[in-house]
Amino acid sequence: MPDKHKSFQKVAESKIVVKKRTRLSLVWVIPIVAAAAGVWIAVTHILSRGPEITIIFHSAEGLEANKTKVKYNGLVMGVLKTISLSEDRKSIIATAQMSPDARELLVKDTKFWVVRPRISGLNVSGLSTLISGNYVGVQLGASEEKEFSFVALETPPLTGDVPGRVFTLKTSELGSLDVGVPIFFRQLQAGQVVSYELDKDGEFLNIKIFVQSPYDKYVNEDTRFWQASGIDVSLTASGIHVKTESMMSILAGGVAFETPDNDPILPPAQEGASFKLFSDRTEAFKPPVCDPHEYLLVFKQSVRGLAVGAPVQFYGITIGEVTNISTELDVKTLDGSVHVEICLDPKRYGVNFMDMAKGEDAKTFHRKMVDTLISRGMRAELDTGNLLTGSLLVSLNFYPEAPAVVLDWSQDPLQLPTVLDKLASIEDSVEILLKNLNQTVVGARGTITNADKMLESANKLIEPNSVMNSELNNMLQQGSGAARALRVLADYLERHPEALIRGKTGE
Amino acid sequence: MQEGLQSCPDCGLLSRPASGAEEGRCPRCDEELVFRKKKSLQRTIAFLAAAAVCYIPANLLPVMTTVTSAGRESDTIMQGVVLLWSPTGWPLSLIVLFASIMIPSAKIVGLIHLVISVKRGSIRNNIQRIRLYRTIDIIGRWSMVDVFVGTFTVALIQLQPLMSVEPGPGLLFFAAVVVLTMMAVESFDPRLIWDSENSKETGKEVQHA
Repeated sequence: MPDKHKSFQKVAESKIVVKKRTRLSLVWVIPIVAAAAGVWIAVTHILSRGPEITIIFHSAEGLEANKTKVKYNGLVMGVLKTISLSEDRKSIIATAQMSPDARELLVKDTKFWVVRPRISGLNVSGLSTLISGNYVGVQLGASEEKEFSFVALETPPLTGDVPGRVFTLKTSELGSLDVGVPIFFRQLQAGQVVSYELDKDGEFLNIKIFVQSPYDKYVNEDTRFWQASGIDVSLTASGIHVKTESMMSILAGGVAFETPDNDPILPPAQEGASFKLFSDRTEAFKPPVCDPHEYLLVFKQSVRGLAVGAPVQFYGITIGEVTNISTELDVKTLDGSVHVEICLDPKRYGVNFMDMAKGEDAKTFHRKMVDTLISRGMRAELDTGNLLTGSLLVSLNFYPEAPAVVLDWSQDPLQLPTVLDKLASIEDSVEILLKNLNQTVVGARGTITNADKMLESANKLIEPNSVMNSELNNMLQQGSGAARALRVLADYLERHPEALIRGKTGE
Repeated sequence: MQEGLQSCPDCGLLSRPASGAEEGRCPRCDEELVFRKKKSLQRTIAFLAAAAVCYIPANLLPVMTTVTSAGRESDTIMQGVVLLWSPTGWPLSLIVLFASIMIPSAKIVGLIHLVISVKRGSIRNNIQRIRLYRTIDIIGRWSMVDVFVGTFTVALIQLQPLMSVEPGPGLLFFAAVVVLTMMAVESFDPRLIWDSENSKETGKEVQHA
């Protein structure tokens, strides 16, 4: 080989090119990786930021910037970033940084409220906030419209996300009802009282209740609502009734509802329908009085024990009730009497106007019926309903021997004849008896006084040092002297019988 | 270099450089002999850039997440400083402030200054610059204290379900900042500070990679 080199001396030598080494070191990978990591973190951070919303609160109590969470069903959906006073210094404006998942929650009617421990009645809520601090609760709205500014509620919404319907109850008194008080249907809790407010003219209270599904479908137009507050003890002519809905309602009160069996079944009531709230179940289910007949009863006796609402019975069956009791004083005669107005439900005493003879209208039939009954001796009287309580009721009974009465149909309401009730008449007889007895006793007392006097004078006569006594004594002494003289005379005569003829001879 | 001799960085033996294009090795301990660290400035700049990039998330992201029954609380380094600042705890707060925020940033800024001055061939304040380099080298490792405290806390406080501490992503970036600045310091060759002075004196072009 070296020889060959020599032979090619004249051939141009190959150029040695120093390879240019890449000047960029591999070490630059490190900052690139670091930058990539940084950018990735930044991008994910920006992407993980959800929308920012504004919530207006009434009070900032328990709220802390960067601490207070916004939770939806317990899931953290964001955190309050800033809390500041509004310009008019009346409310608190908080901004919350929401997570991207919260985007769907932010619709127009989404509700926000502060969850803090609350104890009302039997409802204890938000106990977890005692440890974790308050948070902002969210309830998803149904609207489709997006919204990023909200006004927080004062109290948590009671209806929650449970399906159901809201109804309004009208009542004149609240009783033991309060927000959160349960609604019962066949003693199951079916909802609760959401809110109450006074009617515009202040006459009624409008109580908003929420009946959750599926119970809400049992509410129709004919449904009766009544106060199931606590223990319902009623002391009536028929005894003591104790009725309660449940232990819970005893403590906290409640509202119960029931729908009477009706055919055809009515469709469920509309959302927001209004109902009357009865004070108890009996009142709620009292059949509606159709075309009531009103009568006036005049009693000339005490009606103590008779109350408005007391039953009017016919053959022991309640056919109506007392609607009014008042006393009347006749200005001319100054005779007091009690006017009792009663209201009878014709349906209840079995009058079916459908069965009336043709051509007769209800009024003439009614008149005929009452006239006939009265002529047969029907009279109203007071009767003892309950011996224990002394409560009275009005009873319609027949007294065929009672004097005939002609009804004055021009009166309104019609006055029905009355009789004193049995007890009252017994009372009267007893009274008369007692009066006579009293008179007898007075007479007897005079006799006794006379006898007393007589005995007294007799006593005076036979006293030891009385005049009569001494006279008698004298008389007796003189008597015995006379007797002695007689004996002496007899003895003398025995011995000198001749003395009768010759007389006493001197011895 | 002026004399054309190389000193072994390990055993200190002086030797004449090998004649070929390749770098020689120490005849005594077989260590690679180089006049200057390879691509010193480039590596330093690269590490510095990486450290500077990591410094941002290290301070913005939470370093620790405390989980208690009351909820989760994530704290960044600065929030920790604020949290520790109290009438009695302020020295601790200052330590964290110095070790975790000021020292890493001072290191980065100091190294950038060194790199720029070497690049520009500055010959002023050489003594001060070598002192700066030494200071950076010495204090740099102390920033790792933060990372250790963090990891120990996470390892020790695991009182489930009452309380537990989890590391945050910021801690990882902070550790990266500390390691990267240490590597930057390591890759910087302080002899470069004096090279421009020598080249000015000798008028020779100094070749540095």
